[in-house]
Amino acid sequence: MFSQKVAQQSLRRLAVQQPNLMQSMVMRASPAAIALGNVQKRPVTSTSNTEDPTQILAKQRLNRPVAPHLSIYKPQIGWIGSSLHRISGVALSGTLYLWATAYLASPTLGWHLESASMVAAMGALPVAAKILLKATLALPFTYHCMNGLRHLTWDLGRALSNPAIIRSGWAVVGLSVTSAVALAFI
Amino acid sequence: MASLRTTSRLFAASRPLFRPAAFARSYATVEATKNVDPIPSENPSMKTFKVYRWNPDTPSEKPTMESYQLDLKKTGPMMLDALIRIKNEIDPTLTFRRSCREGICGSCAMNIDGVNTLACLCRIPTDTASESRIYPLPHTYVVKDLVPDLTLFYKQYKSIKPYLQNDTPTADGLENRQSPEDRKKLDGLYECILCACCSTSCPSYWWNSEEYLGPAILLQSYRWLIDSRDEKTAERKAALDNSMSVYRCHTILNCTRTCPKGLNPGRAIAETKKILAA
Repeated sequence: MFSQKVAQQSLRRLAVQQPNLMQSMVMRASPAAIALGNVQKRPVTSTSNTEDPTQILAKQRLNRPVAPHLSIYKPQIGWIGSSLHRISGVALSGTLYLWATAYLASPTLGWHLESASMVAAMGALPVAAKILLKATLALPFTYHCMNGLRHLTWDLGRALSNPAIIRSGWAVVGLSVTSAVALAFI
Repeated sequence: MASLRTTSRLFAASRPLFRPAAFARSYATVEATKNVDPIPSENPSMKTFKVYRWNPDTPSEKPTMESYQLDLKKTGPMMLDALIRIKNEIDPTLTFRRSCREGICGSCAMNIDGVNTLACLCRIPTDTASESRIYPLPHTYVVKDLVPDLTLFYKQYKSIKPYLQNDTPTADGLENRQSPEDRKKLDGLYECILCACCSTSCPSYWWNSEEYLGPAILLQSYRWLIDSRDEKTAERKAALDNSMSVYRCHTILNCTRTCPKGLNPGRAIAETKKILAA
């Protein structure tokens, strides 16, 4: 081992040139290390860092930013469809709760929400407004229903392959839009 | 090997006689051309890479997108090749994890062009008109540039006890055996390299990473649930049977879509739900 030889040579040279330093080094080294020639030299100029290195990490952790997520993720039918499922569900149940509460409170507040007056109000609207109103109510409903069936299929452990997920996603979009249009024209 | 590489680099760096010798990092270069391929080919096909940068040494500075231009004719086919070239030849401060460069270590998981994947398995789109955007794994705490803090992810992995729990000694004192059919059940599960691509693509995991285990860990958990040699199936099931660990999965299935190894964490979670319901 060439490097070992060099180290031994330089140690011998050191012992000749600076016997005091050599002695202090040997005093600190273990007998086994001396026997094996593994006396380590520590430069006098080195300083020990008193700061706890784990604290550096803790300090950095406080400042770490969260990597961007929703804004940078590629729009895909899977997660966009899932978020629409959630949104349509909230919109539908929200409408139901609002409507039911208003219906319950209508006699006290003097509102006319009974079927007869609703039919009359709808009848008075122009055709375009009727279709638009019905479509806005129908689309979340049809989408949520169809996608719900997709979810039930998944819960059975079926149609979970990548192509099946993409295909069923677009199928739900197509079916829900056509059925919503059909409902709007009834 | 190392010496070989040095010589090949020297050859690559050799240039026509009368070209100005300013190819190194000269301070005279204009700011705008700072991040351009220093050694383009004759007829270069330059592509822009926008890379997320954040330096923990200057924490008050907000993360930025830094753009680099590389000549694709001088770059390997994969995104990792581009990143390594940027680091070696343009900007040595760019920080990212990488190791095996063949999709088996999971170190170079990152978000490339909006999708989580391994940089080493992701081809550079040859369309030079559009730029490629590279981010760290979404909704992770950033250690530096493209390096995410995965401490919680590994803790969650530890929490599912990802090892064989079997106290019964085998009849012959040798290894625990299983039938080829039982072994086959583990196909598509044992290949997971825990790169965290799927977990960090999952919106549920983004919002609930403290309590929801996430697709990668649930796939591992399922792998031990159905292992015929494991004896602690009941305990494993009991540990998962709460509202957060599994049931924050809303079958968004970004996990299955994004897995760079072609595995199906979504199916593993669906099967776990079936086991828990049975």
